[in-house]
Amino acid sequence: MANPKRKISRSKRDMRRANWFSSMKPSQLITCDNCGEKKLPHRACPSCGYYQGKNIFIPKNA
Amino acid sequence: MRHRKKGNHLSRTSSHKTALMRNLAAQVIEHKEIKTTHAKAKELRGYVERLITYGKKGTVHHRRLAFKFLQDKQAVNSLFEEVAPSFENRNGGYTRIIKLGNRKGDNAPISLFQLVGFEKISDKAAAKAEKDKKKVAKKEKAAKETETKAQESAAEEPATQAEPEAPAEEKEAEKEDEEKKED
Repeated sequence: MANPKRKISRSKRDMRRANWFSSMKPSQLITCDNCGEKKLPHRACPSCGYYQGKNIFIPKNA
Repeated sequence: MRHRKKGNHLSRTSSHKTALMRNLAAQVIEHKEIKTTHAKAKELRGYVERLITYGKKGTVHHRRLAFKFLQDKQAVNSLFEEVAPSFENRNGGYTRIIKLGNRKGDNAPISLFQLVGFEKISDKAAAKAEKDKKKVAKKEKAAKETETKAQESAAEEPATQAEPEAPAEEKEAEKEDEEKKED
């Protein structure tokens, strides 16, 4: 069986793991054209129910 | 190899997937728009577009082809009599998929599947906006009337003028109650 020749040092291990967190990015938000709330792009606005100038659904807490 | 394997089986057996698509297509034709997961909506689009093309051709043969898939007489009827004629001047692109966000519980992306030209909500929203406007106007009116009434009573004018206003106000109050019930 093929095995690692050397033990991975704590330094190497931690350097590998450190990149995972820094690679996480917050989701990109845009402002809704209708109500000005922040929303995810390419989706109907959850706060006003509008998408591309059209009302798609009526939000519950309107 | 994945060569020429199109489409998504949605983690179902072939028959299960066909049944799912039948149900969803019949529901779309009945209700004009449905909420479903984005993957199902994308898969459904091809089936519904094909059915509408059958409807536009409108022959008995195409009616049978549509029934073969839908297995639902009412859906076939409304497809041929109601849905397809409205797409007479549209060459494809009969459906629209709008992403709504992720579902609570399993975080599945949910979409709205619409038949183009059959959007219901915009009408509803317009009606609701008008209702709200009316409500606001009524409230303002009522407030004004109470003000004027107060002024009149202060001026000690004859009661004959104040009387016809009172029943009207009561009626408006009743109407508002009705509207609240409707909501």
